[in-house]
Amino acid sequence: MIELTINGNTRQLDIEPEMPLLWALRNELGLTGTKFGCGIAACGACTVHVDGQPVRSCVTPVSAVQNGQITTIEGLAQNAAGSAARTAVQQAWIEHQVPQCGYCQSGMIMAVSALLAANPNPDDATIERSVSNVCRCGTYPRISKAIRGVIADHAAQPDTTRGDTV
Amino acid sequence: MKMNRRRFLLGTTVIGGGLLLGYAVTRPTRQTLANRDHAEAGQTFLTTWLRIDPDNQVTVVVPHSEMGQGVLTSLPMMAADEMDADWNQVRVEQAPATDLFANGVLIKGFAMSMGLTVPAFLDRTVDFATLKAAEIMNMQITGGSSSVRFTGEMGMRAAGAAAREMLIDAAAAQWQVAASECDARNSFVHHDASGRSASFGELASAAAALEPPRNPTLKTPDRFTLMGTPVPRIDIPAKVDGSAMFGIDARPEGMLYAAVTTAPVFGGRLVRVDNTDAVMQRRGIQRVIELEDAVAVVADNYWRAAEALKQLQPVFTGTEFDDSNSSDIFAQFDAALDNAERHEDVHAGDAEEAFGNAAEIIDARYRVPYLAHAAMEPMNCTVHFHDGRCDVWTGTQDNLGIRGRVASVADLDENSVTVHPFYLGGGFGRRLPQSTNTIDQATRIASHFDVPVQTLWSREEDTRQDYYRPAVSSRFRAALDSDGQLVAWENVYVGKNEPVEAAHLAYQVVNQRIDYVESPTHVPFGAWRSVAHSQHSFFLESFTDELAWHANQDPLQYRLSLLAGKPRHQRVLQEAAARAGWTTPPPQGRARGIALQESFGSIVAEVAEVSLTEEGEVRVNKVVCAIDCGRVVNPDTAASQVESGIIYGLTAAMYGQISIENGRVKESNFHDYEMLRMAQSPEIEVILLESDDAPVGGLGEPATPPISAAVTNALYALTGQRVRELPLKNYRFLPPPTESSGNV
Repeated sequence: MIELTINGNTRQLDIEPEMPLLWALRNELGLTGTKFGCGIAACGACTVHVDGQPVRSCVTPVSAVQNGQITTIEGLAQNAAGSAARTAVQQAWIEHQVPQCGYCQSGMIMAVSALLAANPNPDDATIERSVSNVCRCGTYPRISKAIRGVIADHAAQPDTTRGDTV
Repeated sequence: MKMNRRRFLLGTTVIGGGLLLGYAVTRPTRQTLANRDHAEAGQTFLTTWLRIDPDNQVTVVVPHSEMGQGVLTSLPMMAADEMDADWNQVRVEQAPATDLFANGVLIKGFAMSMGLTVPAFLDRTVDFATLKAAEIMNMQITGGSSSVRFTGEMGMRAAGAAAREMLIDAAAAQWQVAASECDARNSFVHHDASGRSASFGELASAAAALEPPRNPTLKTPDRFTLMGTPVPRIDIPAKVDGSAMFGIDARPEGMLYAAVTTAPVFGGRLVRVDNTDAVMQRRGIQRVIELEDAVAVVADNYWRAAEALKQLQPVFTGTEFDDSNSSDIFAQFDAALDNAERHEDVHAGDAEEAFGNAAEIIDARYRVPYLAHAAMEPMNCTVHFHDGRCDVWTGTQDNLGIRGRVASVADLDENSVTVHPFYLGGGFGRRLPQSTNTIDQATRIASHFDVPVQTLWSREEDTRQDYYRPAVSSRFRAALDSDGQLVAWENVYVGKNEPVEAAHLAYQVVNQRIDYVESPTHVPFGAWRSVAHSQHSFFLESFTDELAWHANQDPLQYRLSLLAGKPRHQRVLQEAAARAGWTTPPPQGRARGIALQESFGSIVAEVAEVSLTEEGEVRVNKVVCAIDCGRVVNPDTAASQVESGIIYGLTAAMYGQISIENGRVKESNFHDYEMLRMAQSPEIEVILLESDDAPVGGLGEPATPPISAAVTNALYALTGQRVRELPLKNYRFLPPPTESSGNV
């Protein structure tokens, strides 16, 4: 049996240890917010957090994350300390009207959330290096603005506006 | 009767029924049918796309697919504005795939704008290929940058205006006053003289008894309340928390998963499958299914199916194209350009004489490779056969087309097929029924089961089994007189596709000879965002740039001088250039290029500012785009579509290349079919321009065509190297020869 702790819930699954986390989430647990894009860790659509670190779940076997705290897009807001329905990053995504088709945005939001949790004021090069996900609708300019918006809000009110993500 | 009624939850939005206003206004029977089949207790269809509940909620039914372009917001805005509905009480539903909701306005719009021809991207569908004009109307297509300009302008606005008139007439009759004394505001009809008012909900059933007006009066723009404002998209909240449902997320009870591999050489057939016994021993495997040109493994988990598929050893037939390579295809094109029979596209003046008398002739050959769409959501379709009928779950640009396709493959009546619409994880032409084999495969695979089966393609399958933007070669000649003036233009290119005007010249040249030759290949092609404009804009605007430099003229001024009498074209060029600082020198190490293209009813100019990395790779620093789309319905979604179109086109210019090697596609996934990412994404500035008397233009595609030439023209200004073949990843550029570099 494989034991996974996802969004605070621990589940026992009778699955192969080498099954990628993505397919355990999508096919075994019905958590469809995490997306399949490439299967080779090249696009980031499947990004989740394991102990706060961004992980591309399509190439991560479940056996490797048995002892970790896994957070998916569905659990991002519930894990945010003192946050309500959405995290500051999710709210910024709405404010800047970022998503188009929306398919890549779960992974984008997870990648950005992990970055900002680790580094509340990253420079442009760090952002570009850390958020290497693919968006075919080309929402990059708006993602960039939304990230800067979160950074600015945090700088203005570090105690109240963020406090989110894992 | 509630036959075929399906509700589908998109986030907080309930998806349900509606139907086509164009027919409702002229055919009240459709309104009656809508009320019979698709309205629930107390609900009333006033026009075909608008339903009103007793609690005064207005529901706008959208017959198009949401693939990120904002159509679930923009079309309801148009209807609600004309209706004077309270936007806070407007709900949006997506039309189900039944005949009542066919999207005839789009087809009519295309037919009108294209001289009564139907665009080629429609004509390979099962529905269209075999049927006549009446059936053409039975499509529910989303494409051609058409939703707002056709369905919206011709359908939604008229629907809202008709509903408003009917509600006012109903109130006036009830109050025994003249309709002209009544007014509609925020979902209420008011008679200000007597202080009486009634909600739309209260008036709906009386209004529904009235004959819809044939020619409802539309608002003038000064009276718009929603149109022209940046109303937030209704689909976005569900797209930030993982709750938005795409086709791949369909989870009907008991569903199995199928992984597929198709003959790698187009046209190949499956001979046999080896190693099936071993594969059947693997955990979770239900069945191995042999198809005509593919093999599928069905399992209880997609990963199990995909892993098992790797162990199978399918054997496919050889084909006559097994030795074909991209270089052979381009050689074939070159031979065709030189020798094949030429078909007339545009002939004007006397090009032959002008070339005969020319003081100088400039010539150039251009080419572009095949391109895959690479929508982020891999192709998928879920099908369930039960009780002599069939349910289909998928995200598609044409729900009715999918219904027809599945019915045809399954040999069922169309009314026995129910399509459940989902959000599309990218469309770009890929999710038209004729641009994928997934639907046919999914139907055939599921026909072996009595539970739902989701057929899901790997990224590799998506990349190698696409209907590609065609590879195209194009040859130009320009005749100059003794003053260096352009007197004749000759262009011959491979393969005429839609839109028919893609290779036509915006510039005034008296003598023109534009021809095409046929040079078919075995590689399937389909509609790719902006279709034939994607290649012809690169060709036309690059060669025009060559002529400007040859004439030693500023590329902007050269273009303007050939656009007398075309003020909209001149304006987009001037606005883009002004905002980009065209007349001031760019920063050190950068240069600017400009390009122009009209497509799908909108006129676009883009200025790209580029530089080189230390390794000689291209970096596009900034793009300024001015677009005249007639009138803007939602400036924020309009800007987002322009940004999106630029990045889609820039990705193709920088990296896009599908190569044919031994008859098959060489590239497979994002490591070798590369995508622009945030690190390479330019700053983008969008200037939305309006033209009072112009029809509303499209926005989903028109920003894509000019970007490649804007970038390569800037590279010429920077390096002196003319790019006549994409993509740019195949080049290493030398840095600028001198310390100072400018765009002119």
